Amino acid sequence: MAVLVNKDSKIIVQGFTGSEGSFHAQQMKEYGTNVVGGVTPGKGGSTHLERPVFNTVADAVSTTGADVSIIFVPPAFAADAIMEAADAGIKVIICITEGIPTKDMIVAKEYIQGKNCRLIGPNCPGVMTAEECKVGIMPGFIFKKGKIGIVSKSGTLTYEAVDQLTKAGLGQTTAIGIGGDPIIGTTTKEAVELLMNDPETEGIVMIGEIGGGMEAEAAHWVKADGNRKPVVGFIAGQTAPKGRRMGHAGAIIGGADDTAAAKMAIMEACGIHVVHSPADIGETMLKALGLK
Amino acid sequence: MNIHEYQGKDILKSYGVRIQEGIVVDTPAQAVEAARELTAKTGTGWHVIKAQIHAGGRGKGGGVKLAKNLDEVREKSKQILGMQLITHQTGPEGKKVNKVLIAEDVYGPGVSEPKEYYLSILLDRGRACNVIMASTEGGMDIEEVAEHTPEKIIKEWIDPRVGLQGFQARKVAFALGLSGDAFKEMVKFINALYKAYVESDASMFEINPVLKTSDNRILAVDAKVNLDDNAMFRHADFVPLRDVTEEDPLEVEASANDLNYVKLDGNVGCMVNGAGLAMATMDIIKLSGGEPANFLDVGGGANAKTVEAGFRIILKDPNVKAILINIFGGIVRCDRVATGVVEAYKAIGDIPVPIIVRLQGTNAVEGAKIIDESGLKVFSAISLKDAATRVTEVLA
Repeated sequence: MAVLVNKDSKIIVQGFTGSEGSFHAQQMKEYGTNVVGGVTPGKGGSTHLERPVFNTVADAVSTTGADVSIIFVPPAFAADAIMEAADAGIKVIICITEGIPTKDMIVAKEYIQGKNCRLIGPNCPGVMTAEECKVGIMPGFIFKKGKIGIVSKSGTLTYEAVDQLTKAGLGQTTAIGIGGDPIIGTTTKEAVELLMNDPETEGIVMIGEIGGGMEAEAAHWVKADGNRKPVVGFIAGQTAPKGRRMGHAGAIIGGADDTAAAKMAIMEACGIHVVHSPADIGETMLKALGLK
Repeated sequence: MNIHEYQGKDILKSYGVRIQEGIVVDTPAQAVEAARELTAKTGTGWHVIKAQIHAGGRGKGGGVKLAKNLDEVREKSKQILGMQLITHQTGPEGKKVNKVLIAEDVYGPGVSEPKEYYLSILLDRGRACNVIMASTEGGMDIEEVAEHTPEKIIKEWIDPRVGLQGFQARKVAFALGLSGDAFKEMVKFINALYKAYVESDASMFEINPVLKTSDNRILAVDAKVNLDDNAMFRHADFVPLRDVTEEDPLEVEASANDLNYVKLDGNVGCMVNGAGLAMATMDIIKLSGGEPANFLDVGGGANAKTVEAGFRIILKDPNVKAILINIFGGIVRCDRVATGVVEAYKAIGDIPVPIIVRLQGTNAVEGAKIIDESGLKVFSAISLKDAATRVTEVLA
């Protein structure tokens, strides 16, 4: 079944006719994803990439029955796009946009509380269910249908893990890019929980970064939940200096709990298979599953 | 973006937050002029000369001095201007002082004892809302207070739906032990400070100390202000507040080339696509026996131009003994990146350090072939493990 998105998902693209939206919508279609239309205010009624364009998300939902939205809207308007999707009844909102002001995200996150939807991102590579549905910018060809779920704050580091799992013969269920911003819709713990409860997923790879307390929260949950499936964990930024932002807006060491070492220690204590080199993710998962 | 104390105080004042008044100057002569002007305006007899650098710990490093007359203003500004100020946050080489703030003395005697407090506003990532932190331990390092006497830190979380409410400001002011006029002043101060924080799209305000003067006024004596880089598009007036002399020259050059670069102290440079993989690559360098010389994310557009700019910046760092390029091609094709590396190498001429290029993902094999057949002193690798082994070999 995998999680969040599958072959039955109906996807709309917000920011459909822009250059990013067009490029990735085309890539998603080529992967076999069911893109049913897109939204660009003012261009409603036209056709783009052989799909209808709507003025509002509400129009798109009522006409196409879309339940998933992917957002490629520029940073100044992206929080608004998230709230529009939630208001229109979209169930899974995936926001790729990087560079949204924190103040806007505080409002958007508060707005979607209590609505029947889940936000993934922003500043993320999207969600990919192997060989079924690509809602994001991940390269499709490295995925192979299999049994490992992935939760990650980073884009290319996710691809690294996916590639190793494919080469190890394990394959993937769903890869969830949760995003590298200080405020994101779905936390590490929530994404891990989704995969832990997915019958097709037999193991989980959890990739974090310096900054914030989400990996520790996830680790404590995995332990409290009884370590039902093996989790392999990595934290990027073991060599990062304190107080400097390392690319991602959220990747900054403020206090002692933000460091890679502190997070890795907590993860280890909670029974997670921690790797110190990202080159060891695939092999460690094989061992954790007793396959090597 | 970090800004100077005097710039932060200007923002605060524009929102009605009472501050210790001051005038920023570049020369001792201007300092004396500023001191005269301040005396005329505020009646202050003494003046405080404060070095304007971003790093904290200025007082302990000798960057803040009290002057009791105009001769002392001239003399002490002369000492501070141009000095290499060393604090626990500057590193051993210190930071050159280009400007000083001439500020009024606000600690004079009166009907009550002056007392210092601590106030800050920042994002609570876990709760996805802003939090006001306050403490009676003004002037102290808040991380030490948090470690040794956490009960002395007051926290008030702000509901994003309604913003800061009156009862919350009163709660903080009462918890700080204030009463009478000083209490009313503190409530006003907190309200104005929060408005300034939200409307300026700040990421952090730290006012340490906040002073209750001997005549029961509340004012900001210092201001550490960090602004959200992502919100600069709606604050054109903040853009000139950036002081590039506070940044590493290589980082300034990198940002002019749209490269995300952080200078570090190690011996192996790296160039990577994606922030997470860039951090992970730094970690691999360390595990391979080296130390990372930098963080560098070239983003989604790794081509000959960005690679050349990256090479030039990394090679300006004399500590660099090897360079590791790590690209996972998704949308980016590895053969294009490889061609970019070869072109950049030839454009620069002879590069004196070994280069390891690890290409994985789209067209990785074709990319490695281009590198291997280039005849340049460049090693190719496909797996991360190979790349790590190569780093160890070239450092040996």
